[in-house]
Amino acid sequence: MTDSTYSVDADKRKGGRVDLLIEFWFYFRENRGAVIGMWFFLFICMVALFADVIAPHGPIDQYRDALLTPPVWQEGGDWRFLLGTDAVGRDVLSRLIFGSRYSLFVGCIVVSISLVIGVMVGLAAGFFRGAFDTIIMRIMDIVLAFPSLLLALALVAVLGPSLTNAMIAIAIVQQPHYVRLTRAAVMGERGKDYVTAARVSGVGSIRLMFVTILPNCLAPLIVQATLSFSSAILDAAALGFLGMGAQPPTPEWGTMLAEAREFILRAWWVVTLPGIAILLTVLAINLMGDGLRDALDPKLKRS
Amino acid sequence: MLAFILKRLGLLIPTFLGVTIASFAFIRLLPGDPVLLMAGERGLTPERHAALLKQFGFDRPLWEQYFEYLTGIFQGDLGVSLVTKNPVFDEFFTLFPATLELSICAIIFAVVIGIPAGIIAAAKRGGPIDHSVMGTALVGYSMPIFWWGLLMIVFFSGILKWTPVSGRISLMFYFPQVTGFMLIDSLLSGQKGAFTSAMSHLILPTIVLGTIPLAVIARQTRSAMLEVLSEDYVRTARAKGLSNFRVIGVHALRNALIPVITTIGLQVGVLLGGAILTETIFSWPGIGKWMVDSIFRRDYPSVQGGLLMIAGIVMIVNLIVDLLYGLINPRISHD
Repeated sequence: MTDSTYSVDADKRKGGRVDLLIEFWFYFRENRGAVIGMWFFLFICMVALFADVIAPHGPIDQYRDALLTPPVWQEGGDWRFLLGTDAVGRDVLSRLIFGSRYSLFVGCIVVSISLVIGVMVGLAAGFFRGAFDTIIMRIMDIVLAFPSLLLALALVAVLGPSLTNAMIAIAIVQQPHYVRLTRAAVMGERGKDYVTAARVSGVGSIRLMFVTILPNCLAPLIVQATLSFSSAILDAAALGFLGMGAQPPTPEWGTMLAEAREFILRAWWVVTLPGIAILLTVLAINLMGDGLRDALDPKLKRS
Repeated sequence: MLAFILKRLGLLIPTFLGVTIASFAFIRLLPGDPVLLMAGERGLTPERHAALLKQFGFDRPLWEQYFEYLTGIFQGDLGVSLVTKNPVFDEFFTLFPATLELSICAIIFAVVIGIPAGIIAAAKRGGPIDHSVMGTALVGYSMPIFWWGLLMIVFFSGILKWTPVSGRISLMFYFPQVTGFMLIDSLLSGQKGAFTSAMSHLILPTIVLGTIPLAVIARQTRSAMLEVLSEDYVRTARAKGLSNFRVIGVHALRNALIPVITTIGLQVGVLLGGAILTETIFSWPGIGKWMVDSIFRRDYPSVQGGLLMIAGIVMIVNLIVDLLYGLINPRISHD
């Protein structure tokens, strides 16, 4: 990879990683859509982070004198409310800004839970095989037999409707994908020479699993994490829309849509804008995911 | 081949038992007294409570309850809806044709547009057509379909007034259910305008439900096509002087469609999940709306039965897709 020589092993490894990153960025940058998606995603992150500063109003402040005010460019618009107000006089723009927090939060939490648990279970299943593997895979088959939104809905019915429970339900529903992916990757790696070499030199099971094998299985997991980040946002919004996720007056985008449903023919902005927010965020993440896949997956590289 | 089928069936049995355990556990995991949940009555006297406890069998050991539940399933007994007092099994099959009709139309919509779109994108790879087709597909893939449905209603029903807002057919028409499919029944009834009415009710839900499968199929077709197009036999076909149309449409397409068929099969779960949202938005009287309504009405026996039936359907369809895949792809070995 590099023609410079290093005398110390550790240095070589470090240089290798930087090279990998540079190589990754080189391929990622090629994909214009992915770069745009990344910038938009960073923008949403910034909005979520500085919501208190950016938002012109509080997310649940009601202005009784301005119910269903249209956006400012329409007749009857009010400069105080750039994107109009909803049926109880809350500023739509501010609610959208604060809503980004919930969506990103859902994505982060769901991905963290399902990634950590899924990777551990998948590693163990692929590494130890045998009865443990069979039982785990059958359980995953059972989870996969239910359409994910339906299972999430039923789980929320058991746990009680709230954003936290919606996140738990979605994390459970997404679990099998990580387990299967990790297991398949581990099974592909564990027969290779470097694993045998490590084992022969006396590396223990835990270290073998997490330190030797796992780093070589990361690429598909990173791609899966991106895709499940976006589907977590979609599912949480869908649950909110059905009244089983975040509860009013939380400015969660799906919940906002549910509240706005009865006004769809009278006030387009209360229905259209939260949906656009969901769509753009999910689209940005999916664009990024496509770029990551192309840059990380050596099989598809340069195709 | 027979061994392959048997092996696949063998895998199905533990999964199905697991699904029954999951749906059995559902009622027992719900917060609150299961007797109250199942009885759906308020202010029970202690005597009535005890009688119901016995009637539902909640006083017996769990494994005995489960065994009884399992035997019931095989006799088509999924319990009784708390709201309508009808057997859940009958309720399910009264509503299922509506969902089936919608799902079939959605998948036809997705295939008819998705496969040609994927082929064209692959054939024009890297060009503006490819970029716009794949860009659109990614937007479709990222679509919150509950919002998409609302937009469709606003535009086509609200502004253009082309289509009705909800339901399966205009209330003007009444005819007996023969197949349960509104399109076929309306034709059979011979009433003027009935078919058009059924069609106009169906079109928006079809588009909304078909959007995500359409995007997935288009993306999958493109990548399968690209993979096949780089193979030697395609180069040979080109070298023989065959037209581009023939190479792509005949030689390459045949092999490219194999993974696409699997993808189409896997959309069944997506469709049944999407039906929950689509049917809720369009008040479509199918099982998706029924499930949501049942959850809100706390009609838990219906939810439990619906979970089991839907999982069963997904499993059977996945099995068929697997077998079909084995049948059409001679490169797969069955051992």
